[in-house]
Amino acid sequence: MTSDHQPGFSTLAIHAGAQPDPTTGARVTPIYQSTGFVFDDVDHAAALFGLQSFGNIYTRIGNPTQAVLEERVAALEGGTACLAVASGHAAQLIVFHTLMEPGDEFIAARQLYGGSVNQFTHSFKKFGWTAKFVDMDDISAFEKAVTPRTKAIFIESLANPGGRVSDIAAIAAVAKRAGVPLIVDNTMATPYLCRPIEHGANIVVHSLTKFMGGHGNSLGGAIVDAGNFDWSREGRYPALCEPRPDYSGMVLHETFGNFAFAIACRVLGLRDLGPCISPFNAFQILTGIETLPLRMQRHCDNALKVANYLSQHGEVEWVNYAGLPGDRHHGLAQTYLPKGAGAVFTFGVKGGYEAGVAVVSNVKLFSHLANIGDTRSLIIHPASTTHRQLSDAAKKSAGAGPEVIRLSVGIEDADDLIADLAQALEVAAKA
Amino acid sequence: MDHDHYADTYIRDLLDEVKTIAVVGASANAARPSFFVVRYLAQKGYDVYPVNPGHAGKPIAGCMTYASLGAVPVAIDMVDIFRNSEAALGVVKDALALQPRPKAIWMQLGVRHDEAAALAEEHGIKIVMNRCPKIEFGRLSGEIGWVGVNSRVLSSKRATLHGKGFQQLGLASQRNKP
Ligand SMILES: Cc1ncc(COP(=O)(O)O)c(C=O)c1O
Repeated sequence: MTSDHQPGFSTLAIHAGAQPDPTTGARVTPIYQSTGFVFDDVDHAAALFGLQSFGNIYTRIGNPTQAVLEERVAALEGGTACLAVASGHAAQLIVFHTLMEPGDEFIAARQLYGGSVNQFTHSFKKFGWTAKFVDMDDISAFEKAVTPRTKAIFIESLANPGGRVSDIAAIAAVAKRAGVPLIVDNTMATPYLCRPIEHGANIVVHSLTKFMGGHGNSLGGAIVDAGNFDWSREGRYPALCEPRPDYSGMVLHETFGNFAFAIACRVLGLRDLGPCISPFNAFQILTGIETLPLRMQRHCDNALKVANYLSQHGEVEWVNYAGLPGDRHHGLAQTYLPKGAGAVFTFGVKGGYEAGVAVVSNVKLFSHLANIGDTRSLIIHPASTTHRQLSDAAKKSAGAGPEVIRLSVGIEDADDLIADLAQALEVAAKA
Repeated sequence: MDHDHYADTYIRDLLDEVKTIAVVGASANAARPSFFVVRYLAQKGYDVYPVNPGHAGKPIAGCMTYASLGAVPVAIDMVDIFRNSEAALGVVKDALALQPRPKAIWMQLGVRHDEAAALAEEHGIKIVMNRCPKIEFGRLSGEIGWVGVNSRVLSSKRATLHGKGFQQLGLASQRNKP
C-alpha cells in the first residue's frame, strides 16, 4: 500500500495496532499475561518512569495486549489515542477524574444508561462533582445549564435503552461556546454506525463489554482522545495545563500535544485509581472487534426486521426504534446512523406488568438477562428487574413503565427471533 | 511541496538518512519537551548536539551542548528547530551558512515558517514543519502504540527490534543494521 492510501473501516478493524510480534512472529496479538516488564537498563527504566520513552512498566499502567486494543479503537473512532480500562464505568470515572475538581459541575443528558445515571448521581457526589441532567432533545436546556463551574457535557450518541439519537453536532456547538469538551458515550452505536469525533466530539467513551467485544464474554472500557481540544487555551483543566509535581514539573499538554488527554488519563487516573483491563479481556475484545462491521450490520438488519414485525403486532402498543420511518428520532438516525439505528430498543406490550413478565418468562431463544450487545438476542423487563426499586412515577420517566420490554437483537436468523417473540406474545395474551 | 501533510515514506527516508542532529533551543530542564526529544533521539542511535548558548559546554541528557550551530564540531545532517515560528527564519539562515549544509531542517510541532522553508528548499534541503521527530519515529517504528497512540500505520511485517534491548523498536529499514 502507498502511504497515502487511506484504509477502510473493515481493514482497520482487523489490522490497526497489530503487527506480528517482533520476537516470536506470532501473527495474532499474544495475551501478555504478565504484571511487569523488564527494563533494558537503569537508564531505560528512568526514561520510562519519566514518560520520556514509550514502553511497558507495569500492567496497571499499560500492557502490550491492551495497547493493541487501544490503537485499534483509536483508529476506528478516528481519534489520536485511546486508553483501555476495566469497564465502561471505569472509563467514565477516569475521564471525569481527569477533568474535574471538587465543586465542579458537568451537564449530562437525562437519557443515559441507568448505571451511568447512578454513577453520576450518587458516587460522583462523594468526589464533590455535580451532574446536572437535561433532556437530550432540548438543545437550549444544555445551553442554559452552563455555569462557570461547568467542565464538560456528556451524552450517549444512541441512548440506552430508548434507542433515541442525540443531535451530536448541535450539542458539540454548545460545548464549544462554553469552552468545555463534549464527551460522547458511543457504546450503543459503535464507530461502525457513528463516529462522534466527525460531528464535533472531543472525547469518546465506550463500554467495550457490549457490541465492540460483541460476544458477551468480557468486560472492558475505552477512552478515546479526539485530539481537538485546546487544554492550554482554556486553562481550566489543571491535570493537563499545570506542572505536575509527580512528573518533575512536566506540563502534560505541552509535552504530549494532541494526545495529552489520553496520556493524562493513563498516567494520572489509571495509575492512581487502578481499574486496568486484564490482558485476557483485551485479547477477547480485540478478536471481537475484527468482525465488528459484519456483526453490527447484521445486528441492525435483524433489529429493523424485528421492530417492523412488532410494530404491526396486535399485542404491541408501541415500538421505540429510531430505524422505523415513523419514529420521532428517525430523522436524526438518518443523519448520524445511516447504516442502521443499532440493535437495542424498547416496546410496550398490551396488558402492562403481567404481560411484560409473561413475555420475558416465555421466550425460548431470547435470554432474559441484564446486558446488551451480544451475538445472542437478549430481553429484559426493566420494571421487574433493573428498575424495580424505583417508584411508579420514576419508572415511567426513566422509560421503564410496567409495559416496557427492552430487546438487544442478536445476529441469529431474524425469522427465528420473530417466531420466538410471536409465541411468547401469544402466551402473554392468553395469560 | 505541500507542508500540511507528509507521506510516511518521506519522513521515514529522512529519519533513515540522517545520523547527526543539532537540536536548536534544547532545554536542560528534564520536564521540557525538547529535553525529551534529545534524550529519545540519542537513545535511538542518533548523534545529538543540543544548541543553547545559555548551557554551552554542559551536557543535556548526556549530549554536549554548543552555543551556536556554527560551533558544533561535526557535519550536521539535520537541524531540529525548537524555537517559536518567528525565530525559525534566523535559524534556517544559520543552517544555510554551515559547511557542508545540512540535508534536512525539521521544525517542531507548532513551528512553521513557509518563507524559511522555501529558502531552504531552494538549496535542496528537505523540510519538515509542525511535527515532532520523537513522535514520528515512535509512530513509524510502532513504539508509540505502546501508549495507545494511533500510529496510522498498518503493517503485516514484524516490528523491528532496535539496539540491545527488547523494549526498543526501530525503523524497518534499519532491520539489518547493528
Ligand atoms: C451505554 C452504556 N454506557 C456505559 C455502560 C457501562 O459499561 P460497563 O458495564 O462495561 O461498565 C453501559 C453498560 O450497560 C452502557 O450500556
